[in-house]
Amino acid sequence: MNDKSEILKVEGLSVAFGGAKVLDGIDLAIRDGEVVAIVGPNGAGKTTFLKAAAGLVAAKGRIELQGMAVRQLSPVERARRAAYLPQGHVFHWPLAVEDIVALGRLPRTGGADLSLADAEAVRRAMTETGVAAYAGRPVTTLSGGERARVALARVLATEASLVLADEPTASLDPRYQLIVLDTLRRHARQGGAVIAVLHDIGLAARRADRIVVLHQGRLVADGPPRDVLTRGLLAETFGVDVQIVTLVDGPVVIPWTVLPERAPERGSEGLDVKEA
Amino acid sequence: MAIGRSGWGSVFLSTLLLIVVIGLFIASLGVGPVFLPPETVVDALIARSNETASIIVIDIRLPRALLALLIGAMLGLSGAALQGLLRNPLAAPSLFGAPAAAAFGAVSVISFGLVDALSFALPAAAIAGALLSVGLLILVAGPRAGLLVLILAGLAISSLAAAGTALVLNLAPNPFAALEIAFWLLGSLEDRSMRHVFIALPFMLVGAALLVRDRGAFKALTLGEEAAESLGFPLTGVRLRVIAGVAAGVGAGVAVAGSIGFIGLVAPHLVRPFVRYDPGRLLMPAALCGAALLLAADIAVRLIPSTGEIKVGVLTGLIGAPFFIALIFRRRRELAGLPQ
Repeated sequence: MNDKSEILKVEGLSVAFGGAKVLDGIDLAIRDGEVVAIVGPNGAGKTTFLKAAAGLVAAKGRIELQGMAVRQLSPVERARRAAYLPQGHVFHWPLAVEDIVALGRLPRTGGADLSLADAEAVRRAMTETGVAAYAGRPVTTLSGGERARVALARVLATEASLVLADEPTASLDPRYQLIVLDTLRRHARQGGAVIAVLHDIGLAARRADRIVVLHQGRLVADGPPRDVLTRGLLAETFGVDVQIVTLVDGPVVIPWTVLPERAPERGSEGLDVKEA
Repeated sequence: MAIGRSGWGSVFLSTLLLIVVIGLFIASLGVGPVFLPPETVVDALIARSNETASIIVIDIRLPRALLALLIGAMLGLSGAALQGLLRNPLAAPSLFGAPAAAAFGAVSVISFGLVDALSFALPAAAIAGALLSVGLLILVAGPRAGLLVLILAGLAISSLAAAGTALVLNLAPNPFAALEIAFWLLGSLEDRSMRHVFIALPFMLVGAALLVRDRGAFKALTLGEEAAESLGFPLTGVRLRVIAGVAAGVGAGVAVAGSIGFIGLVAPHLVRPFVRYDPGRLLMPAALCGAALLLAADIAVRLIPSTGEIKVGVLTGLIGAPFFIALIFRRRRELAGLPQ
């Protein structure tokens, strides 16, 4: 049960906002070394799943971070185990890049000055993400791609095992998309684990070890990209017909045509499409 | 090392500001109808070799200087904390109606003639008014409100408090009471005694402790509310502490000196670049800057030649409001969501 290599374990996770179920009975376990991509159409509950795993929304069910129930962890202990990167990379004050990255140490310092170990973690995170070159620049003067990497450096500086990233590649050009995902992969290879919500299925297929598909608040598929990304499943969840080209490295998914909308009851009956 | 730069900057700035505050404090004890040079002031405070000078400095001017120091520091600290919480440099205690509500609470008590009978009734009423107003603000605007909604809600609450104050003035039992209220509202540190200091001090200490406690959360809020929560700072508690801290500290200031505006807006703004925009490190320098500003303003009102002494609240408004206008003017593109 308390497997040490299990970074996140979720059993029967359900979240409801004002009576409406956003997540419904999710079971998932993630081990160290894994990069898991969560995909699904808009409103499938992807962001809510990340927030629930980070302990930021009230949820039913059991959530464990490294074998400890999230509910029993203090906010600071939780923050040390799971670092959350929200969508959009918001910076409200023109802090220098190195000061932004140092915010990732707050769960360790509580707001006091950085120790040598803290400063070292900040430096490592900046090197890892390639932002050290503009460490002294105000973050508000950076381009979107640079900001995304600074936001990522902030999350890595926490040195939490689990990184929960919400759309870390949104509105980035292809080069930065790959840089960000490669950085996350390195974090996983060094003993951590990453769960990233991704809109780009092709990117998810190329860079994730596992893909989890959410649809209407339920987990409808979980496995390696080539097993999960099938025409039937993508038609069912995204309502598009796709062309799939299988290369040596994995499947390439190209959305092709829009499928006609179906009645909701048929949609939910037809969820069991893993065999399709 | 590079990481520590903002830390040392903050310490250096605080030391510098502390020296300025001490200088202004001594100057404040020397300025008045009888001018006393600094060495006489220091002698009166420590050695007390000249009895007349000691009476002037300790009994008459010391409470005034102490209140300027405390109220200015509390305003600067409250402004910095609110700006940190709301992640906006235009946030100030006065914008959101707390001082107006505190004034309404205090004025009600003056009108009932309770001030001398119950010395704790006035600050208690002022603090209750301030607390109520900030709570009402969060209730009306919502905890995740944007700047525009907050300003509108604050304006509405300020108007409500002002209407209440107007009603009290309207129903004043006699013209002398009305005049007393009107002058009290302008904000002044004249003729205050150590009793005023002792009334305000505990509330200010509690308020300051509440605000300083969350400096880590203000830093984290640079990344937005969700990121701050994920870094281990539950924001519901932070909001409540800031509301309570500002209400207690600013309410206590209003209780003993009336409304003194704009220090809370201006002080954090002046020192922010020197702490590299770090909203956590900003607190101490902003408090010292607020103290320096109010001490300077309170010295200025004694030096400006006029028939009666100009109330210090009038002076801070006269200087602060144009500063606020300039701030909006400079940031208007950004505030309108346009590229800078």
